[in-house]
Order: sequence, then C-alpha cells, then structure tokens
Amino acid sequence: MSRSFLLRNPSVLIFLAALAIFTLSVTLLSEAFGSDVISTSFVKTLGKTLCLCLVALAMDLVWGYCGILSLGHFAFFGLGGYMIGMWLMYARTELIVADSLANAAIPPTDQEVVDAIGTQIFGVVGSSDFPPIWAFAHSLPLQLLMVLLVPGLLALVFGWLAFRSRVTGVYLSILTQAMTLALSLYLFQNESGLRGNNGLSGLQNLPGVTASQAVVSIWFLWASAFALGVGYVVSAWVVSGKFGSVIRGIRDDEARVRFLGYSVEGYKLFIFTFTAIIAAIAGALYYPQAGIINPGEVAPIASIYLAVWVAIGGRGRLYGAVIGAAFVSLVSTWFTGGQVPSVPLGFYTIDWVDWWLVLLGLSFVLVTLLAPKGIGGLFDLISGRLAPNRHGADYGPDKGSLQEEEGRG
Amino acid sequence: MSNLLEVSGVSVTFDGYRAIRNLSFQIGSAELRAIIGPNGAGKTTFMDIVTGKTRPDEGRVTWGERSINLLKMNEARIAQEGIGRKFQRPTVFEDQTVFANLLMAVRNPRGSFACLFYRPTAKDRTRVEELASEIGLSDALSRKSGELSHGQKQWLEIGMLLAQEPRLLLVDEPAAGMTLAEREHTTDLLKEAAKTRAVVVVEHDMEFVRRLDCKVTVLHEGSVLAEGSLDHVTANPQVIEVYLGR
Repeated sequence: MSRSFLLRNPSVLIFLAALAIFTLSVTLLSEAFGSDVISTSFVKTLGKTLCLCLVALAMDLVWGYCGILSLGHFAFFGLGGYMIGMWLMYARTELIVADSLANAAIPPTDQEVVDAIGTQIFGVVGSSDFPPIWAFAHSLPLQLLMVLLVPGLLALVFGWLAFRSRVTGVYLSILTQAMTLALSLYLFQNESGLRGNNGLSGLQNLPGVTASQAVVSIWFLWASAFALGVGYVVSAWVVSGKFGSVIRGIRDDEARVRFLGYSVEGYKLFIFTFTAIIAAIAGALYYPQAGIINPGEVAPIASIYLAVWVAIGGRGRLYGAVIGAAFVSLVSTWFTGGQVPSVPLGFYTIDWVDWWLVLLGLSFVLVTLLAPKGIGGLFDLISGRLAPNRHGADYGPDKGSLQEEEGRG
Repeated sequence: MSNLLEVSGVSVTFDGYRAIRNLSFQIGSAELRAIIGPNGAGKTTFMDIVTGKTRPDEGRVTWGERSINLLKMNEARIAQEGIGRKFQRPTVFEDQTVFANLLMAVRNPRGSFACLFYRPTAKDRTRVEELASEIGLSDALSRKSGELSHGQKQWLEIGMLLAQEPRLLLVDEPAAGMTLAEREHTTDLLKEAAKTRAVVVVEHDMEFVRRLDCKVTVLHEGSVLAEGSLDHVTANPQVIEVYLGR
C-alpha cells in the first residue's frame, strides 16, 4: 500500500473518507449515543447495507472486471453467515444451559452439557445429536476459520471443475445458479444438520455480551464499515496492477490472453475463490445483524439481485458496485417496508409492496438499455474519462466483454 | 541447422470435413517463411494446431532442441514455450492503454500470484519504451489502444508479440488493411525479427510476400502443394492452377 498507489487511485481516498464520515455521523446520531434521530433497527439496516456493498464489490470483481457472470455468489455469502451463526448459537445456548444446570444438585459432566446444548438447538428438527459439521462450533477462532475455508473450498472446487472444462458465458451463469439452488435445497433438509428450514436464529444476541442492542448495532456498523473499507482498498489494489490488466483482458478477449501465455483458467479460479471469500466475510458480518439465517437466503434469486445491483450501480468500477448495492437495497427496504404511499388510479391502487419488483425489473432493463454504465457513469461527467470509439462494436469477442456504451465517456 | 518446429503427418477433421490432410512442415530457428494458399487451404487451422487451439486427429508436432511434444500442452503453456501468434484482425485490449498492453506482453512470470505482486521494474519500463519506439507508438503510450488507427493496432499487436520474446512468431495476414507506407514498415519489422527467431507469415497479398523475399510454402486443401522461392512456386503449374489462376 505505497503512497503512489493512493495517488494513482484517488477514488480510493475519496471513498474511504466518505465511508468514515458516514459511519461517524450514523454513530453520533444513533440511540447508543443518546440521540433519537436514527433508530437501532435502522442502524442495523445501514450496517447490513454495508455488508451488501461488500458482497457487491466481490460481484464487481468477478463480473465487472473478469467478465464471469456468476449468479451464485450469494451461496458463499450465506455460507459465511451459517458458519458464524453456528458459533453464535452454540456459545449462547451453552451459557443458557450452564445457567440452568448451575442449580442442579450434582454438577453436570461435560457430556451432559453438550447433550443439553444439542437438545436445545436441534429439538426443533427432532434430534439432539450434534452432526459432524458442528465439530468446531464450540470455538470462535476455529469457526472464524471455517467462515473463510468452507466457502473458499466450495468456490475452489466448483471453479476448478467449471473453468477447467472451459465453461463460459451463459452456461457458467446457469451452472452457478444450479450450485446455489442445490445448496439451498440441501440446507432445507432437516438432515443437513443446520436445522433445515428453521435456519439459525437469535444471532443478534452475542454470547457473554451484556451491552444493549443499540450499542451492539454500532459495533457491527463499525465492523462492517471497516470490512468494506479494507475490502475496497484490497480490491482496488488487486485491479490496479498487471493482475487487473490481465483479468480485464480475460473479460474482453479470453483467447488473446491465453496466447500471451497467461493461464486463463488459473486467473479465473483465483478471482472466483477470492471473491467467494470476500462474500463469505460480508455474510458473516451481515447475519448477526439480521439475527436469523435460513436456506431461503441462498435461493437463486438472491444472487440475481446481486447482479442487478452491480448492473444498476455500474459494473467495471468499484465505487459503482458499492453505490448500486447501497442505493437499490435501501430503496428496496423503503418500498417493501410499506412506507411509500400507494398510488390510487381509481380503478386500481398501486401498492408498492407488490409493485416494487416490477419497478426494479423495469429500471434494470432501462439502465441496461439506456445507461449501461449505470449510476457510476454519472461520475464520468465530472472526470471526463475518455474511452475509445469502437463504432458500435463491443470490446472483445467474449460474452462477458464490455459493450461499447459501457466504455464510452 | 536443426529445426525449431517440426510438424509431421498431421490431419484434422471437422465434422467429416478434412481441413488438414497429412501436413508436414519444418522451420529453422532463424528463418522467415511465408505461407500462401487459397481460402480454405488450412492456413489458419495450421496455426491453431501449432498454438494448441485445435487438437489434431493424428500426427506429431515437436518443438525445440529437446523435441518437446506440443500436442500435450495447452495454449498458455505453448505460448510460454516461446510461440507467439498474431491474429488476422488486430486483437489488442482496447479498454487499456498502449503501455498496459505492452507491459502485459513483456516476458515475465505468468502465474497469478507472481502477477498479483508484480510491480513494473525500471528494466520493464525501458523495454516497453524501446518496443513502443520500434513500432512507432512512443507518443501514444498513455492512450487507450481502442483509439488507435487500424494500422497502429496491428503494430501494437506485433509489438506485444515481440515483447513476449518468442522463438517462433506466427503472423496471420499482417498487411491487411494497411497503407503502402505501413506495409513497408511492417515488412521491415518482420525481416528484422526473423534475424533472431523463426517467423511464419500467412498472407494473401503476393506483392507483400515478394517484398518479404523468403521461402514460400503453398498450402492447398490441407497439405503442402509446393515449397521454395516465390519465383519457383509461382512457376509450378499446379500452383498456377489452384491458386494463381483464379
């Protein structure tokens, strides 16, 4: 992280400054600091939004920069959430069990404690034994490691199989959809060992923490902001050098990169796994704020939303992805929360809770057709970023390559 | 002189159509060679085989002093071995600057981790500047390569090839769409390159081939019809019939 890196990428400094100002002002206006301007639940919404920005950043790296339209990155996001959720549930239940057994005449053995925890957690799916996948749930460091390892390994294996066979374009997108669907269906089963469709709940209560939710929400806001900041700097660093050149080359013309001697499959696998890990970290910070995770979270539609955010924000630029995710998910919260007044048309009343998806879909189509650079493209009006004139042709023969409208300033 | 590349008895069939039939071809380590032939003669398929894009049904392709089997390698490995390829239409990375394009091609470790932690050294910068002046793009280093003219893109691509420091250059119709002055410049670049490495040029344009002044291989229906100097092959009655006569 040399000085010249920041000088060459002034948008990184601007972004970090904006993020810091945002986090500070939300903190000062929150209930935790005695002000009532921003409610605790809205602080949580903002904290969750920061996590969504982070996963959008990952999506932009893999799609906007490398041209791989992955429609499965929410699987990694969800897995990250599940991994941290396992520890949160175990540790909190352990405290409750220890409390209730403390008054027993005979002190409980370790095995009795573990059995009691198992009954508490898995009673809902009619079981009381810990499945093998919970082997590390008692330890925070080990389970944090799982946050990185499980999604990382899944991405590594999936990516290796897919890229090695040179699956590209829409086929790869379908394959990633199938992956996230399969994961979701698997988790829905009670036998999966992750409480089936009940999912993991009560994640907002940190074990051993007595601070109020108002304070905890601020902790998570800061943690999310920190992760987003670090993620942004690392992503900017990754795409700034020759590595960035190569992956953008892969996006625009994969065959040419191959004939330069770069192993395209290796690079794709690297970026796919790397972004899966970023997504997992985002998920691990998101679900303790959401409080609950269930298999519905990794349904195929979630990953498609992710692509929509990045497309609306402007793919191929990091701040575009962040802006897109923040803007669309906040507006979505607003619309689906029933806070937008309905529009009476006399014969029909447009209720935005129902019509929001139509509006989102419509704006996605309009952005793709009329302003392919998305919201991020507005910044070009200021900076006057110039792009080559291709007279209507796209930048490369590959399916993920930039269209001319996306490149033009 | 031992051969750098040796292709022997290679055949390829696409959906029953035999694009290459029992083709054999050799080139030395510092030689300029032109390949001519009518459309569908298998010129591009030949390049695809050598660069690993297409796997032949039978035959052998061996490379270098140790006679490595190229058929076992993928495109990236073959490129790392020292075979560079220039496509028919200029393919440069249009969204990126001329400098970035050249830097990507400069010979350096190609692995993803090596690349991630790579920062251009003074030596690499000098190399890029040398190449840029060689291909006449010194003033355009910071421009996006998509803004360049067609001829300039062709040169940039040749420059990227030279930056790879390949031992064999495969060039597909380098003069297409170039002005007369640009053609002369291209001929000089190729002749210069052929002093230290093998260069194979696929070309339609007879004038351009004549200017290259080198051994010519005529392909027809997937195999070699004639080989020799341009005057020699153009005097061959079979060649006149299938190619020049049209």
